Amino acid sequence: MIKKWAWLIGILAMPALSDDGIFDEYRDLMGDDNPAIFVIDEGEALWFEPQGPRSASLEGCDLGLGPGVTAGAYARFPRYFEDTDAVMDIESRLLYCMQQLQGRDRDALLAKPYSLRGDMGTELEALVTWLAAESEDAVIAPEQAHPSERAMYALGEEIFFYRAGPHDFSCATCHEQSGMRIRLQALPNLTNHDEAAEAFGSWPAYRISEGLVRTMGWRLQDCFRQQRWPGLKLGSEVSVALQTYMAVNAAGGVMTAPGLKR
Amino acid sequence: MRPLFGAGIALISAFTLSSGVASSEQLDAALAGSFIDNGQATVDRLQQDAVQAACHQSRTQPADAALAATLRQQRLDAVVFPADGNFLGDWQRGAEVADNGRGLQSSDDPAQPNGGNCYACHQLAPDEVAYGTLGPALTGYGARGQSEPMLRYTWTKLWDTHAYNLCSHMPRFGAQGILTEQQLKDIMAFLLDPASPVNQDL
Ligand code: HEC
Ligand code: HEC
Repeated sequence: MIKKWAWLIGILAMPALSDDGIFDEYRDLMGDDNPAIFVIDEGEALWFEPQGPRSASLEGCDLGLGPGVTAGAYARFPRYFEDTDAVMDIESRLLYCMQQLQGRDRDALLAKPYSLRGDMGTELEALVTWLAAESEDAVIAPEQAHPSERAMYALGEEIFFYRAGPHDFSCATCHEQSGMRIRLQALPNLTNHDEAAEAFGSWPAYRISEGLVRTMGWRLQDCFRQQRWPGLKLGSEVSVALQTYMAVNAAGGVMTAPGLKR
Repeated sequence: MRPLFGAGIALISAFTLSSGVASSEQLDAALAGSFIDNGQATVDRLQQDAVQAACHQSRTQPADAALAATLRQQRLDAVVFPADGNFLGDWQRGAEVADNGRGLQSSDDPAQPNGGNCYACHQLAPDEVAYGTLGPALTGYGARGQSEPMLRYTWTKLWDTHAYNLCSHMPRFGAQGILTEQQLKDIMAFLLDPASPVNQDL
């Protein structure tokens, strides 16, 4: 085990890995071990840790299944919350709870929600990873009962096909056909149930090339970067709408997160 | 545009949409509220031009054939051919442009030249295995020869692919200012020069 991790530290210290061969080698070596397990533990500890001006933990946070219920909660996002009268994704719900329960400052929380390459990982990333693990093997079942939830899906679908920017790209440019790839990277068809389920259910994911766990919110802003679009705000309407679109297309699939990605 | 989070939780209620279909007002408001300038990738990029709007609404080709024909003709009329009449540059430099995937992303240095990122979507030189499949393989493209119509066809395809295929997934490298005239000439040579690796057997 120790040898294995020493090797891992070596590989993580390397710059971006872009070689499939190394990825396969890594997979063989690691087997079912996913470094995200450490991040899961960290996220769980953070959930129970009193923090902020009110020195409160997040145990009173309602993720949709009642205050403090974490098992299976991730698999029901995005969903409508009466207390905010809004459809929220897991990241914006966590930020809301940190503000409400712990009295923390939203701008401070949003100053750096995602880590940079080489960082240790942020609190938000750890919490999302633990909550995803709390939904492992759960059926992906985003709520669609409230009219706002259905409207969010419709908006997400519209944005998925919206072409703009100097390259005329939309999400659909890269993700509406099956069996395609960019360079060597396989592109899931997110309009297809099975492929959407596999993709959506595997995030958050540990990215070997970055040595970090990444959330679905991060994945979207990085795809927008490749799309040559401006910066996507965390928890914004476009982010929630696209996550709703993907989650509903994936509904009935199974949560496997945290995933392991190149 | 109001800062999304500066105003706190109250603003989230703006996300409560009322109907089951996204109206263009809802779409515009969502786009306006969800993005911020990020380096050279500024929010004005979200504004669609006529081709982008027509292709977005239809998702493939506009149902209105007359509109599609008008738009295509406009694109064709706007193609700028090389001022000196010379279509072919240096295939070696063209190979670099085809390989370079950077340019116009928020993470890219605007002082560096943009790439064409052709390998993202096309197979070109047969010994390059890291090629994408969103577009057709262009290996052996030079077999089509260097007649005037062939030169003009290929140039137009690169300058503004929408002049032929209105809702093509390929970027408009000339019309959108992604590549310079010289870079386009170099890519032309990479595609068409018999000495280019694109036209060698493995
Ligand atoms: C220019 C190409 C491009 C565009 C446009 C693009 N993506 Fe991606 N997307 C990729 C690539 C490449 C990957 C794989 C990344 C990797 O392997 O690191 C990916 C991965 C993903 C994944 C993770 C899939 C998985 O199985 O892990 C999701 C989800 C996703 N994209 C959603 C989107 C959405 C939604 C949009 C529109 C906002 C979008 N993408 C726009 C290229 C693109
Ligand atoms: C994001 C994807 C994408 C990129 C990047 C891209 N292309 Fe394309 N290209 C396509 C698609 C899809 C087609 C086929 C549909 C069409 O013709 O519009 C195509 C068609 C072509 C054709 C016409 C093929 C024929 O048989 O007549 C040529 C030539 C071409 N591309 C060259 C290039 C070159 C050179 C570059 C880089 C400078 C490039 N493409 C970059 C997607 C792309």
